[in-house]
Amino acid sequence: MAKTEFNTKKKIKVEHHESDLRGTLASVFLLGFFIIVTWVSVWMLFLDRF
Amino acid sequence: MMNSNKLEKVDSRDAKLSMAYFYVAFIALALGGLAGLLQTLVRSGKVVLPWGIDYYQVLTVHGVLLGLVLTTFFIMGFQFALISRTTGTFTNGARITGWVGFWLMTIGTAMAATMVLLKEASVLYTFYAPLMAHPIFYIGLTLVIVGSWVAGGSMIATYAKWKRNNPGKASSLLTFMAIINTFMWIIATLGVAATVLIQILPWSLGLVDTIDILVSRTLFWYFGHPMVYFWLLPAYMCWYAIVPKIIGGKIFSDSLARLSFILFLLFSIPVGFHHQLVEPGIDPAWKYIQVVLTFMVIIPSLMTAFSLFATFESFGRSKGAKGLFGWFRKLPWGDARFVVPFIGMLSFIPAGAGGIINASHQMNAVIHNTIWVTGHFHLTAATAVVLTFFGISYWLIPHLTGRVLTKAMNKLAIIQGIVWTIGMSFMSGAMHAAGLLGAPRRSSFSEYGGAAQAQEWIPYQIAQAVGGSILFIGIILVLIIFINLAFFAPKGETEFPVGEVADGAEKPPLVFENWKLWLGISAALILFAYTIPFIDIIQNAPPGSKGYKFW
Amino acid sequence: MHIHKFEKIWLTFGIGCLIVFLSIVGVSAFYLGNQPPSCLTTIDPETVGEKAPFDKPGLNKVEGKEWDYELVYVASAFSYNPTQVEVPLGAKVKVIATTKDVVHGFEMAGTNINMMLEPGYVSEVVTTFDKAGEYLIVCNEYCGTGHHLMHSMVKVVE
Repeated sequence: MAKTEFNTKKKIKVEHHESDLRGTLASVFLLGFFIIVTWVSVWMLFLDRF
Repeated sequence: MMNSNKLEKVDSRDAKLSMAYFYVAFIALALGGLAGLLQTLVRSGKVVLPWGIDYYQVLTVHGVLLGLVLTTFFIMGFQFALISRTTGTFTNGARITGWVGFWLMTIGTAMAATMVLLKEASVLYTFYAPLMAHPIFYIGLTLVIVGSWVAGGSMIATYAKWKRNNPGKASSLLTFMAIINTFMWIIATLGVAATVLIQILPWSLGLVDTIDILVSRTLFWYFGHPMVYFWLLPAYMCWYAIVPKIIGGKIFSDSLARLSFILFLLFSIPVGFHHQLVEPGIDPAWKYIQVVLTFMVIIPSLMTAFSLFATFESFGRSKGAKGLFGWFRKLPWGDARFVVPFIGMLSFIPAGAGGIINASHQMNAVIHNTIWVTGHFHLTAATAVVLTFFGISYWLIPHLTGRVLTKAMNKLAIIQGIVWTIGMSFMSGAMHAAGLLGAPRRSSFSEYGGAAQAQEWIPYQIAQAVGGSILFIGIILVLIIFINLAFFAPKGETEFPVGEVADGAEKPPLVFENWKLWLGISAALILFAYTIPFIDIIQNAPPGSKGYKFW
Repeated sequence: MHIHKFEKIWLTFGIGCLIVFLSIVGVSAFYLGNQPPSCLTTIDPETVGEKAPFDKPGLNKVEGKEWDYELVYVASAFSYNPTQVEVPLGAKVKVIATTKDVVHGFEMAGTNINMMLEPGYVSEVVTTFDKAGEYLIVCNEYCGTGHHLMHSMVKVVE
């Protein structure tokens, strides 16, 4: 039992930094697009008004 | 080994100190929340306050209790517990200093509150001159600030002592973060202390006849923006370094977490002009420079977003999650200590997007002082920050009182988070929309002489009252949980979760704790952003203003 | 300090967005002249109303300036002077306002005219009233117990 635990830990350690973070990249880009859409919308409102 | 065992639990004497701060914080939540409910009801146009209670008096109560008292007291209590847990029990001297800070803050709060209740200080929590409150109101606020300095000094002294005894070692991540937040608070509050002590107090006491309005406002906003980051950073501490432990994962990167906090220390302060973008008397080029500096402070939040998603994804994948978003389902959705702060994190996405819009120089005119701004900071402060504070309470209060969060209370806490989400979606959503249509903030119900535009705002104001009522139910729920955890929950041991870095992770560079360097750069940035415009403001000052009491 | 490759991509993208936002507002402000209202003129708040332009509140036609009209407001608790104005559609107008007492707001709902009025300072903005309609001016900075009763009306008419 203890041995398996040790093994998983080791695996995490090796993979930690260049680990699979595709979901993270997708998530932050969704966030980024949300920011762009809201900012551009209000900017358009600003340009439209006098 | 013995040492680390001893650190597992906050010493009971330190726990008492933290709990004292939390009692005041939650009393403030109860009363301030009630005031908030009354405001939304009045502004719906359907309710009139009895006994001649003034809308703006209630609004002052709401802002002072929730914006100043709840936040500052909670943060002080939290940071005392954090430092005690991750750096070691406070010495008797440091703990007594913490109590002195507590009593100064509490007495100051009582003084300010008394003046507000006597209707001597309906100036809202921003107390802009030349509206002039009773001097005791300002003395009370000064004591709150001074008390927070004393308490902060006790934390810094405890940290400094640890550094002396452990040369060449990096401090614990949570202590480091708490110390950054304390430094930022002390630097920022110098501005509000200066305007209150040098300008407002002598003027309200009648020692001088007039006050320079723009100097006072500029000093206030030098403080006002880092104040909101002072609220936010404890939430970030929880997200970066506590939530990973709660879900069973690891801190994504200790070094990047420290770097983001350093960036907050540097860029939270020299940015106050973005609250003054449509004010006369300030050169627009200097406004733009501070807008650029404001955008710099977005970067650590971009880093934070990545780190948090990465923590969640790494954990989910270690549990065998597949696909692009499979990790999302592996998160502990039944654990209030995770779910409630997680809702807070999500709310920071629209909150941050709105904040970028607010700070965008001339575009600020679209939303300045409309109720959009109120909607904005009810997402940042009143959702992201406060829900995280609630999430922290669900393990910290029982840890400090030697009790446990029962299954029933855990469930109630999750329901509380959902209630808050629904209520805030109504209230903040309606505020954002009405603000874009021009509805002003901080205003009682009015038909504005029957103007067609003002009629359009009323349905949104009714939606705000619906949201406000739901939020008040949320406040009752959290008070039930707090009282349970403080006095009635079953006795037992509750974990104080402190995140760990992955085993092979690199050590954080010691340069992060070179305070001379960071405080020096922080001072240089402040001097750069403020010296020339501030001299301009003083040199070109108009005749000063006498005081007014228009309530 | 190690930074994950994806985080580098994200930060590059995110910081790039911020630079684009700053460039858009910067070009608009410094090249096209769309600065936020930042008038540097000062005035004695005690004598507002005695001197030009505040001795003649309301819409005044002007000659030989970049704008056709000056629309002058004096704010005080809890009203604006004038309370109602008609502006011809398409007029280029300089809105000039100040306060006699405390800080007030000056927001024409549904437009970009939104500025703080502070005792001792004149606030100005130049714009072309190019959309007909009724626009409510509201005080959007708390000024006392009658704050929500403080308003004025602009009618932009053909």
